[in-house]
Amino acid sequence: MGSINLENVSKSFGETRVIPPLNLDIEEGEFVVFVGPSGCGKSTLLRLIAGLEDVTTGTIHIDGADVTEVRPARRGLAMVFQSYALYPHMSVRKNIAFPLKMAGMDPGEIDQKVDRAASVLNLTDYLERRPGQLSGGQRQRVAIGRAIVRSPKAFLFDEPLSNLDAALRVNMRLEISELHKNLKTTMIYVTHDQIEAMTMADKIVVLQAGVIEQVGSPMELYRSPANLFVAGFIGSPKMNFIEGAEAAARNAKTIGVRPEHLRLSTDSGTWKGTIGVSEHLGSDTFFHVAAEGIGNLTVRAPGEVELSYGDTVFVTPEPDKVYAFDDKGQVVR
Amino acid sequence: MATDHSRLAGRFMISPAVLLLLGWMIVPLSMTIYFSFLNYNLLSPGMEEFIGLTNYEFFLTDPAFFDALGNTLLLVGGVLVITIIGGVGLALLLDQPMWGQGIVRILVIAPFFVMPTVSALVWKNMFMNPVNGLFAHAAKFMGLEPFDFLAHAPLFSIILIVAWQWLPFATLILLTALQSLDKEQLEAAKMDGARKFRRFYYIVLPHLARAITVVILIQTIFLLSVFAEILVTTNGGPGTASTNITYLVYLQSLLQFDVGSGSAGGIVAVVLANIVAFFLMRMIGKNLEA
Repeated sequence: MGSINLENVSKSFGETRVIPPLNLDIEEGEFVVFVGPSGCGKSTLLRLIAGLEDVTTGTIHIDGADVTEVRPARRGLAMVFQSYALYPHMSVRKNIAFPLKMAGMDPGEIDQKVDRAASVLNLTDYLERRPGQLSGGQRQRVAIGRAIVRSPKAFLFDEPLSNLDAALRVNMRLEISELHKNLKTTMIYVTHDQIEAMTMADKIVVLQAGVIEQVGSPMELYRSPANLFVAGFIGSPKMNFIEGAEAAARNAKTIGVRPEHLRLSTDSGTWKGTIGVSEHLGSDTFFHVAAEGIGNLTVRAPGEVELSYGDTVFVTPEPDKVYAFDDKGQVVR
Repeated sequence: MATDHSRLAGRFMISPAVLLLLGWMIVPLSMTIYFSFLNYNLLSPGMEEFIGLTNYEFFLTDPAFFDALGNTLLLVGGVLVITIIGGVGLALLLDQPMWGQGIVRILVIAPFFVMPTVSALVWKNMFMNPVNGLFAHAAKFMGLEPFDFLAHAPLFSIILIVAWQWLPFATLILLTALQSLDKEQLEAAKMDGARKFRRFYYIVLPHLARAITVVILIQTIFLLSVFAEILVTTNGGPGTASTNITYLVYLQSLLQFDVGSGSAGGIVAVVLANIVAFFLMRMIGKNLEA
């Protein structure tokens, strides 16, 4: 239960083509994350799957059945919205019960299901409250509760954590991952935050301007990005890109090295530079180094490293961790 | 935060405005109360004398009073029902994306700018007139007997005219409320399996509750004192069929030159308005709480 296949799906709003035809297969039970910069069409793609937008061309299959013309409720999917979209005039209990009530389920059974969902999500004490009386994290859980009571074939999450503060976001990230492990239901998750994508996904779909740039597991994308865009988007801090003579020496237009694959030394190394701003995180220290003839590099040094502004340093890339890209931005192997 | 000193200064500075407003309200009210206890007829000036509650007794036992009371409530209730149902319907229609939306919205608001006397005259002479009116022509075209609205259904006709005037107001308020509804809520309901009618019933209508309350309260205030429409169309008749309390007060004080009885009627109207307000707030006031 819960495999989703998109075939030649495209979407245009009037003359504007938001998503050119694309193919995508989502396996049963997978946690798939659509990631990309804002306006890349990832939310539109999710809404196409949900049925909230009609496809311009192509077909969508869920569990092998063609659902392209089926209305949202009949597709057996549940969605968690960015604004949570809770019904403000209903209590938490009624909010969670709403989809079951619409399905015409017997009230006793509804109560049972709502209570079970509430206990899974730690909402039992809040069932009689209104959404307005809850904190952001609790509202988020109500929205998830409303999704899980329907026992859907797949969950769709549309940037669900973007309205939460940083600490809560980390917690909810864990809770959603945990939920996925327990329910083993297919989940599709849309985010612009590559950290969320890396930490939660079984499979990441990187989108840019409606085009799928690369599909793969987090580590695949990290180790072997297909192009400049994916290389720059996945990984934090961002990969360093170097153009010019240094790149030409490796028969490439651009070469890329991740900050964690650069070695810092005070006496010898490949590139000479001066320390600019340094960011001390305790576990890591990030140095912004102005390297001569190379440009600005971000370098990660493990632990606490005491180097100050203006110090001269040498930077050496790990030889097998340098990526080369041709003039179209594709990786050269 | 304000210190005690600045708060005191603040009170001192707003006091002229407060006192002016208070006087503005208190002086006419107390004069009306004072007149209502006098035998005060403009045809016999200088003969005023204190007569206690006699004016009230006359006003309240006047057979026209209960007719007027019933008519007032029917008028208010009828107009409210038409404008709320019609307003919700029109707001739903105008919220749909369509060509020329801006112009259509302005056209819908237009009746609100027509003054009551004019609109009542237009309705009386151009629509409801049994000889020249548009409705009469339409009836004749279909081979029916023209219906003399103002003679045979005077109160209903006035309700229709007043509702026509207030429909734009209700539509405008309800439309803005409708536009503030979070579209994601409707989409969530769609995902939850609620079809059009149920989305309206479970999501849109509760969202509109507060706006509907505001429309009811504001309109009630104005509808209790409808006067011009009655004066230019039916003159309260035939008999008392379209006389409301406001019009009855006018009949007493201005047509019979009896200031005392008219004042008593005015005070009765104030009391009635407060009773209506009390019940309204009991019924729907909770919708206004955040």
